[in-house]
Amino acid sequence: MTRYILRRLAAMPFLILGVVTLAFLLTAVTKGDPLTAIISDRQMNNPEVVAAARAKWGLDRSLPERYLIYVGNLLQGDMGTSFITRRPVAQDVLYRLPATMELVIAALIVGSSMGITLGVLAAAFRNTVVDHVARLFALIGSSIPVFWMGLALLYVFSVKWGIMPGPGRVDPRAALPPSVTGFLTIDTLLAGHLRLFLDALWHLLLPAFVLGWAVAGTISRLVRANMLEVLSREFILTARAKGAGERRVILRHALRNTLVPTLTVIGYSFAYLLTGAVLTETIFSWPGMGSYAVEAARGLDFPAIIGVTIVGGVIFLITNLITDVAYVVANPRVRLG
Amino acid sequence: MMPATGTTPLFEVRDLRVTFEKRGRSLEAVRGISLHVAPGEVLGVVGESGSGKSLGMLASIGLQPRGARVSGSVRFKGRELTELPRAEMRSLRGSRIAMIFQDPLSSLNPVMTVGAQIAEAVWLHNPGMSKRAAMDRAKDLLALVAIPQPDRRISQYPHEFSGGMRQRVMIAMAVANDPDLLIADEPTTALDVTVQAQIMGVLAELQQRLKLGMILITHDLGVLAGHADRVAVVYAGRVVEEAGVNDLFARPGHPYTRGLIASIPNMASQTDRLFSIEGSPPPIGTLPPGCPFAPRCPMARDICRRDAPPMLFEGAHGAACHFAFDRAGRAA
Amino acid sequence: MTLVSPSRASRLALHWPHWLSLPMMLGLLIVGFWAIMTVAAPLVAPYDPLDLVGRRLQAPSWEHWLGTDALGRDVLSRTLHGAVHSLPLAVMVVALSVLIGATLGALSGYLGGWVGAVIMRLVDVTLSFPPMLLAMAVAASLGPGLGNAAIAMVIVWWPVYARLMRAQVLEVREREHVEAAVASGATRPRVLIRHILPLCWTPVLVSATMDLGQVILLAASLSFIGLGATPPTPEWGSMISDGASQFYSWWVALGPGLAILTIVLGFNFIGDGLHDYFDPRSE
Repeated sequence: MTRYILRRLAAMPFLILGVVTLAFLLTAVTKGDPLTAIISDRQMNNPEVVAAARAKWGLDRSLPERYLIYVGNLLQGDMGTSFITRRPVAQDVLYRLPATMELVIAALIVGSSMGITLGVLAAAFRNTVVDHVARLFALIGSSIPVFWMGLALLYVFSVKWGIMPGPGRVDPRAALPPSVTGFLTIDTLLAGHLRLFLDALWHLLLPAFVLGWAVAGTISRLVRANMLEVLSREFILTARAKGAGERRVILRHALRNTLVPTLTVIGYSFAYLLTGAVLTETIFSWPGMGSYAVEAARGLDFPAIIGVTIVGGVIFLITNLITDVAYVVANPRVRLG
Repeated sequence: MMPATGTTPLFEVRDLRVTFEKRGRSLEAVRGISLHVAPGEVLGVVGESGSGKSLGMLASIGLQPRGARVSGSVRFKGRELTELPRAEMRSLRGSRIAMIFQDPLSSLNPVMTVGAQIAEAVWLHNPGMSKRAAMDRAKDLLALVAIPQPDRRISQYPHEFSGGMRQRVMIAMAVANDPDLLIADEPTTALDVTVQAQIMGVLAELQQRLKLGMILITHDLGVLAGHADRVAVVYAGRVVEEAGVNDLFARPGHPYTRGLIASIPNMASQTDRLFSIEGSPPPIGTLPPGCPFAPRCPMARDICRRDAPPMLFEGAHGAACHFAFDRAGRAA
Repeated sequence: MTLVSPSRASRLALHWPHWLSLPMMLGLLIVGFWAIMTVAAPLVAPYDPLDLVGRRLQAPSWEHWLGTDALGRDVLSRTLHGAVHSLPLAVMVVALSVLIGATLGALSGYLGGWVGAVIMRLVDVTLSFPPMLLAMAVAASLGPGLGNAAIAMVIVWWPVYARLMRAQVLEVREREHVEAAVASGATRPRVLIRHILPLCWTPVLVSATMDLGQVILLAASLSFIGLGATPPTPEWGSMISDGASQFYSWWVALGPGLAILTIVLGFNFIGDGLHDYFDPRSE
């Protein structure tokens, strides 16, 4: 087991380098001229301004040179300067990362509780109405475009009925607490602002549900399949022969045996959540990495695009590594071998 | 026909049928098994795999697989089990009626400690008991089935046990509430030959000591020779012969039983080759008319292919064969 | 089997194809509807999708079942025409991804060695990105337009099939008939094409069918953020984007949203059906 973890850890730097390289290469195939994002149209005709801008952003160097410069800077934590915000990309990303993580973690909690509940219900009542409804609900979650559902829920709950807050992380009129973790739900608690905490939680609910429903489908399908498999195993019969009730058989004996694959699929859901977060953040005006990425992509802000893509890739690599290692650690049968 | 002790039977199954509905068709896997066990008696149930012996016994205590339909009568200490509410059936299972299974590895929950699994069996039927007391009881039970170092073993997982030790754990779990009836479904089949005898020893000793009524399900008639008081032979979902164990070996009434006896290794050792019954049992649902054994029977006549034989009795010894007990006489 | 009671269901079951489960049928109906629309939209749609046919932002009415958008175009007509772009695009993206992915995966699995290793590292690195972020980065680099979005999606998607195909080839390669073919002197390309590949396609095609819905979702997402279809193309994602900017006119986004939901749901139904059919464990 230790050897497996070490091997996976040793591969990480190479994978990260691959991620960096691939992300960087993307900008090399660009057809759009990033200069248009830096200087105004009128000044495009002014060769001096254009040359100065090219020199400043390193656009006049050859590709390998630019790559080496980029990697060198990256190692020092420098991802260049955003064309749009004119701030260092690393700073922008660090500033926006917590909002995304808060949303993604909330969505993961919502999505896994929904997914596990639906999956268990579907398996416990298999081939009944409960099963069909649970499966349909899950399937709709993975079929619905998150950006459309976000719009629809905002319209219905916030505009029509007024029972949910509008977009954003908190009431825009509120004074924000000092940023410690960047997670508003935690920072407000640290500052002792209970009302603001509840407001932040309240704002988190809709986007987390939108994003969570999308992964709940995948999770519930896997939980259902695993539950059915476990329920057909002999120790379930033993539990029944002991006199255990159906509830106990399902929750204590079966569900616990599906824990490892369930945790695994929840871990892998992270990728989907990062993907969905891009769109959810746009709809809910969530000031996270996703909306940053969208602004960067729309504005051909290449340093920002590369930066966000690399950070996204690295987060993804790390969560997958954690998931894989957790799988090996948690699974007694793998541990044996 | 009461067993020798003369008391009411502890457990009595009458005309038990188990049917599956599949794509609109009904498949009868158990076609009317009847048998009975007296308190403290060991009944051997023998038959080939797929004969319905295990399914029938599972169904008799409400453990049939999903989608199976069970009919017939099952009485335990005079109470009709098939009409019992589910909660009451559940409170009987594991306390008054316990069961052990063939493969102890797959029958134990891999993610629960052995102690937790035994303790669960204890406190499921002793609601007021503390978890600690249940654990202590689990330790005693491990000692009872002669597992060394119960203090240490109790917090281990099933994969840390050997096959024989796992089956001992299953036995400990089964006798946790001092049951009246133990149903042992092929308890030694999945084990190494060397530990089979040990496990049978443990079972026999506990049966004696706790005065258990026991149903010992097996495909190996030889196992029953030293351990059963009476034997029921099951073929194609029905009991085809029942008799006291000595009577059965001395005067088997059904040709299928004779085949089974002849295929026991040490009994066949006088002849130079091991006997085996030709052919295989009919798959569920494709029964021929007449005697289900007729296609494989060396002495089948026209009547066997036409009429299903009734159970013929000679005292307490019954056999479902047209030619039982006087096969030389009416062989025309 | 003892036929105790041959019910009506059983006689029906004899003629009912095993693979045509209820979800499968629903899926085929939905996808079939949209497939027909890719050709029939101009005939069926009440208006031209690009024409300004009414007042701006009209709520649904008998004249405009799904209302009109900010320019006064008919939302229903635009929604129906959306299929003309989305479905063929998704099929093309998946087909190209399968072609590239399966070829590289098969080569990697069959040849092994450094070629195989290089291919698989490329697969690993590509799969290290959250798909949407990578697709966005590629699409942004190439510039807007459906074609570029398609290229971006192929780049994101091919490694999935490469990994699947490689696993298949590695497994089939060990079978006896392949060893027999090698022993009888068949050339390596011939062994791969005649003896290995035919046995590898099923899972790849099943997974490709299931992915069509996800590709439609991804394409719509790219268009939604302005990286796919360019105006005035009636593409579902960009229509929802129009709807987002006309937030209080809820009907603008309703049609395209339902369109995406149904077609993706349809493909997921088919995927579920295929999964049950090919999975030996299912009852």
